[in-house]
Amino acid sequence: MNKKSNLLYHLYFGAFLFYMFAPLAIMGGAAFNDNKLPSVYPWKGFTERWFVDLMNDQVMWTSLRNTILVALAVVIISVPIGTAGAILVNSIAGRVRAVLYVVMVAPILMPGAVIGISTLLFWNNVSVPPGLHLSVLGQVSYIAAFVMLLVLARLQSFDQALEEAALDLGASHAQVLRRVLLPHLSPALYAGAAIAFFQSIENFNVTLFTRGTSNTLTVYVFSKVRSGITPTINALALMLIAVTAILALAYELRRRRQAKIEAAREAEARRAEESMAI
Amino acid sequence: MQDLFRRYGTGLTGTFFVLTAFWLLALVILPNLTLLEASFRPYLPVTEIGGPKDVYSFDNYRKFTANPIDSNLLVFPVTMPIHTITFLNTVIYSAVVTFVTFLLSYPLAYYLAKIADPKSLPTLILLLFIPLWVSEALRAFAWYIILTLNGPLNAVLTGVGILDKPIRWQNGVFTAYDAIMIGLVYTYVLFMLFPIYGSVQSLDRNQIEAAEDLGAKWWQTHWRVILPHAKPGIASGCVMVFMLSAGSLLVPAQLGSTRSNWFTQSIQQWMLESQDWNTGAAYSFLYILLCMVVVLLVMWIFKVKLSDIAK
Repeated sequence: MNKKSNLLYHLYFGAFLFYMFAPLAIMGGAAFNDNKLPSVYPWKGFTERWFVDLMNDQVMWTSLRNTILVALAVVIISVPIGTAGAILVNSIAGRVRAVLYVVMVAPILMPGAVIGISTLLFWNNVSVPPGLHLSVLGQVSYIAAFVMLLVLARLQSFDQALEEAALDLGASHAQVLRRVLLPHLSPALYAGAAIAFFQSIENFNVTLFTRGTSNTLTVYVFSKVRSGITPTINALALMLIAVTAILALAYELRRRRQAKIEAAREAEARRAEESMAI
Repeated sequence: MQDLFRRYGTGLTGTFFVLTAFWLLALVILPNLTLLEASFRPYLPVTEIGGPKDVYSFDNYRKFTANPIDSNLLVFPVTMPIHTITFLNTVIYSAVVTFVTFLLSYPLAYYLAKIADPKSLPTLILLLFIPLWVSEALRAFAWYIILTLNGPLNAVLTGVGILDKPIRWQNGVFTAYDAIMIGLVYTYVLFMLFPIYGSVQSLDRNQIEAAEDLGAKWWQTHWRVILPHAKPGIASGCVMVFMLSAGSLLVPAQLGSTRSNWFTQSIQQWMLESQDWNTGAAYSFLYILLCMVVVLLVMWIFKVKLSDIAK
């Protein structure tokens, strides 16, 4: 590794970050342009009217509420289902396990539109009309697989002797699950819940075919873009980006604080060890 | 299996079974069987369903090979059924997008895994996650703004003198699908970057140094040491990016023109505009077949298992 090629890599990474963020900045900047069409160019002066329009847009608020409700429902259903699936797959071996695994993972690799359509057709056959409840079921079918993969990975580091010990000491089955297994799985469960929530908010393909007449945020944005756009969408985009950035910043600050505490602890331990040696 | 009953008792084990069965039967297997069955039935008014006309046939699939038109495949003029052309274009351009995202991602993954300062790495990764969290609809919309005729890209390019007059990017410059590909690469490149980063990261730095000490050129180190090690990540990234691109509806709908149809748009037209769910089901099933072929092909080319791809 020489210095020159490292510099090239640094430059390339910087260029890539620019490529990732410049479009977002342009989209956000257009929210302040006093132009009927969403664009930063030509610049017609600063305005905040698109934010006012957005605040008064009832459809947008309903869509936002629907998006969050659907995402919460998806989390509540897919986390237990994915966990149960992982425990089952983990407890068997051989051909059955392989088949089960393929069926569980397949929905991740399937196009979202196909999941949406098959969900719509199946529930229509049993006389369940389309609506956001079907969007939830369609999304769960593949999001549960993400949870399953996370929990399955975590189960590999689980020592089953702990459960044996608990049973020997007279714990009930429910206690074994609640006090031994679930605490060990909890990082995977939290990560699974977070992924499920974000995947659901992002979802467009499944929702489009199953939603009936209800809107979610992605569907609303899509319909707006097709039917005459105003920069209210940019105002919405800027606010979503701001929320994301704030969450990321909070996460980063927390991580740094913990890293500092960790480093301090290590230094402490090293000093203690040195004084022992003396 | 016996073990499960002993640990968690009949009640809890039963609950695990019921939950998993609900997932796999009601949400995965039965909907797909319904899709397959519906794809062979004709589209009829409600009163005629179950009547004498309601028989199984391949009619819905025949629509895929009907109506030949003159068009282009890449740069070659062809006469083919309209939906077949759309399907082939979707496959070809999704493959191009996959390849481009790989070219962009591999150096980045290597940079993150082996060159970047390990202390600042979590911050860099977090930075990259931010665009991923911004909704796909909005990421495509951002490029819609950039690529419009009076947009910033044309303004900059004409400003510095590269272009004489603004270009209609959405109609395409080289192919009709340029704008769609630009949007797809931007939207999905991170789905290639993260799996490759994950697999390069697990490579022991000593192996790279050993290769260099033994006189390997930089490209030999990459070709013989790092790339083979990164294979599962590359396979996973390729499948993800290809499936997401071929299955995308948002990006082609926002960035395409009338000359660039994506296969998801054909399905959407059958489902939501013609309300012909049966033909929609047949076309969806073609998508499932494509998906299976691609996954098997990648598993065969890269010699990896399904568990390497789905992570």
